[in-house]
Amino acid sequence: MRTPLSLRCLQSLPRGGWIALAAFAAVAWIGVPLAHLALPEGHPLHIPAYTVSLSGKILCYMTVAVAMDLVWGVAGVLSLGHGLFFALGGYAFGMYLMRQIGRDGSYGADLPDFMVFLDWKELPWYWIGSDAFLWAAFLAMALPGAVAFVFGWFAFRSRIKGVYFSIITQALTYAAMLLFFRNETGFGGNNGFTDFKRILGFDITAPQTRAVLFALSATLLTACLMLGRYLIASRFGRVLAAIRDAESRAMFIGYDPLYYKLFIWTLSAMLCGLAGALYVPQTGIINPSEMSPANSIEIAVWVAVGGRGTLVGAALGAGIVNLTKSFFTVTLPEYWPFFLGGIFIVVTLWLPDGVAGLWRQWRARRAAVPGG
Amino acid sequence: MGGHMMNRKSRSFLRAILSFAWREKGRRAAWRMRLAAMACLACMSLSAQAVLGPGVLAGFAGDFSSRIAAIEALGVEGGETARRVLDALEAGRLGVIGERVVIVGEEGVCDAASGEALPDVPETPVETVTVNNRVRRALANARAAFALGGEDAAARLAAAHTLGEAASPAWLPLFERALAGEKDEAVRGALVLAAARVNLSSADPAVRRQAAQDLGVSPDAAVRNLLAGLLAKSGEGTAAAWVEPDAGVREAAAASLRAIDRRIALAETAGTVFTGLSLGSILLLAALGLAITYGVMGVINMAHGELLMIGAYATFVVQGVFRQYFPEWIDAYIIAAIPVAFLAAALTGVAMERLVLRHLYGRPLESLLATWGLSLVLIQAARVTFGPQNLELANPGWMSGGLGLAAGVVLPFNRIVIVFFAALVLLLIWLTMQKTRLGMFVRAVTQNRAMAGCVGVPTARVDTLAFAIGAGVAGLGGAALSQIANVGPAMGQGYIVDAFMVVVLGGVGQLAGAVWAALGLGIVSKFLEGLAGAVIAKILVLLFIIIFIQKRPQGIFALKGRFADD
Repeated sequence: MRTPLSLRCLQSLPRGGWIALAAFAAVAWIGVPLAHLALPEGHPLHIPAYTVSLSGKILCYMTVAVAMDLVWGVAGVLSLGHGLFFALGGYAFGMYLMRQIGRDGSYGADLPDFMVFLDWKELPWYWIGSDAFLWAAFLAMALPGAVAFVFGWFAFRSRIKGVYFSIITQALTYAAMLLFFRNETGFGGNNGFTDFKRILGFDITAPQTRAVLFALSATLLTACLMLGRYLIASRFGRVLAAIRDAESRAMFIGYDPLYYKLFIWTLSAMLCGLAGALYVPQTGIINPSEMSPANSIEIAVWVAVGGRGTLVGAALGAGIVNLTKSFFTVTLPEYWPFFLGGIFIVVTLWLPDGVAGLWRQWRARRAAVPGG
Repeated sequence: MGGHMMNRKSRSFLRAILSFAWREKGRRAAWRMRLAAMACLACMSLSAQAVLGPGVLAGFAGDFSSRIAAIEALGVEGGETARRVLDALEAGRLGVIGERVVIVGEEGVCDAASGEALPDVPETPVETVTVNNRVRRALANARAAFALGGEDAAARLAAAHTLGEAASPAWLPLFERALAGEKDEAVRGALVLAAARVNLSSADPAVRRQAAQDLGVSPDAAVRNLLAGLLAKSGEGTAAAWVEPDAGVREAAAASLRAIDRRIALAETAGTVFTGLSLGSILLLAALGLAITYGVMGVINMAHGELLMIGAYATFVVQGVFRQYFPEWIDAYIIAAIPVAFLAAALTGVAMERLVLRHLYGRPLESLLATWGLSLVLIQAARVTFGPQNLELANPGWMSGGLGLAAGVVLPFNRIVIVFFAALVLLLIWLTMQKTRLGMFVRAVTQNRAMAGCVGVPTARVDTLAFAIGAGVAGLGGAALSQIANVGPAMGQGYIVDAFMVVVLGGVGQLAGAVWAALGLGIVSKFLEGLAGAVIAKILVLLFIIIFIQKRPQGIFALKGRFADD
């Protein structure tokens, strides 16, 4: 007999998990907006705009890390091209933001500034509909999804896996970066999209907008985590784990890895796209360097730091690495690459299960010591 | 010394006779005058003193055009006196007093034609013969004309080219004369071409047709335009007339034009193939090491590009050491840099393997991340040590310049050297892999690690050595790269994606696959660059690879046999 879906959802998290989730939601939806909007500046609990934006950005990164963990930790497919999906979502939504600038650009024209600069007379065909919010939001999800689907279908069908797959995803994002660097591609070339003015008619720099974007990012992260947990606990998740651990055997039993991998891969890309769409209005810029292979490989290290296959760990890893990064880039920018490189090495050599693994070890030790 | 002089004299006598003979054929009147002057001057130089006819030198007293005519006449004449006069002109010591052309020397004024001192002439009223750019060009041509009589075939060839470009009718007698005595085929060809260019404007259609025909073998784009000009019409509509009235000449010109176009296209293709080949050689050096380490350990070394970078910086350091301590040997620094680059990269590779990769066996994805971390550290270390700016290395003298093909296509020597260097490295690697005990072990571990270990192959040591070799080859690639590209901390990153693609395309641990894939990728991407621009070319190549491995997931050369993965 099958358990009802609602019950299965509820069971996918332990009680502690639900409490933590509720607390997180309360902080994100009520605590931060209140502290940012209601409390006056100078109040000890006031959260400044910079912090809200930075946290919103990091929440987007955490979502990406969760999406990455779904393919790497759960399905065993290491992608070095997830930055591409993130950036595609960002670009899709950035098109909408560019159109929202209207005639307030420096040339005062209907077209985005960079097109005026290139002396283009009308929007390219792929910009059609970019002034509609819903279409942009749909595109932010559908475009990375479509790219991932096509690429994944070809790659998984011919059973490319392991480092081969990683290298090819890296080549994919590298090629896309080169493509987007070109002015003729129609996405602003080097500079990408920037100078956004408003979103849905609201001023994009207003504190209220910022708080809403922050809360939306938190919601997306929560939704991703829950969806991920649900998938892992489901039969689908178990088949994926089987494929990860022994693909040939799973095939011999009768499962076709293609559709399992393709589903999780496409889903992951769509989640990344959504995260990118939320990221762009908060940072105010999207450019091709988001697609650089280095960015994508950094996503992998967030997951490795947090602990693969744990989802929450991946999100934590993204948080830890990015907080450290903003600390370093302010104080010791020279040493950040050393530190980041060190993290890569240390985590792979000594922390194969990441921070989540450390936590689990600590819990196990405490349980083993009587009365501890 | 005297005998030498005599020899020269009798030669100029011959020249005079030849020019007479040529004159008998009959050409333009202006030339006749010059020739007459020349002939009479040649006769005069038969006398014991090296004396030039005053008629020739009188040109220097006239305007620039007559000075040029005089210079050309001297160039055709050759001989000590002509040289002396032109030297003086170049040094600004040639002067005119009244009608007389004199040379102002250290110890006074002497007559330019005879060389005899004129003690009674003061220096001050002498009016210096000035030169302009046209005169200077004529001077350079006259020097080339002198070189045409020299011993060095290469100098003669260069001289023939120079004079051919000048295409002045004045040099025609010189060409005919030189052709009569020339043995070297290349110089003969150049002379025929040079003469044909002049003859193209001859009054005689038969001469023009012959010239148009001869020009068909020219490698020069300027000649192409010259011939194309003949086939054009001047004027509008029905009034249009052919630039070249004779149909036979036009036919010959059209045929020659086609031949030249064909050759230019061929040369450009060859140039592209060569550029692709040199890019492929660099990729090969980068990918060979990658293929070895991936084959042996199943590890994709993301820091491989940084080993290239280390090799390049090692070359830079060696260059600095040579500049500082052995400036007289500076041209040899690259030779010394080769072992240094190899060792520096190999030692870094050994350290990487011993300290990090060794502990990640059987976890290829983690190795990928760890080596990426290493690459970040290495890049930043280079940035801190050498500064973030790009360094430019000087090519050694023997590697600068290039080999000219037709139509301005030049194959730079440094790239040629790199192609040969890559071939040499490939040969050495192949010998190591096929003929040595270590190579045998490496192959054994590549094929079946567990089995190799069982029969006594020290797999751990083989891993380290294979990694050292792979890293060292990357270092060699860096040394080669430093000769054609800037050296900077992130230089390895630009090549590493391509090197990965070579490995993916070529197949795991396959030298032959790496070679074909590297050269193929290099040449294909250069051709695509010519068609579609660099960025689109890169994207097309990447797409091609993605599609290709749909068909052959194991690369061009798959290992044969049973390889179960889990």
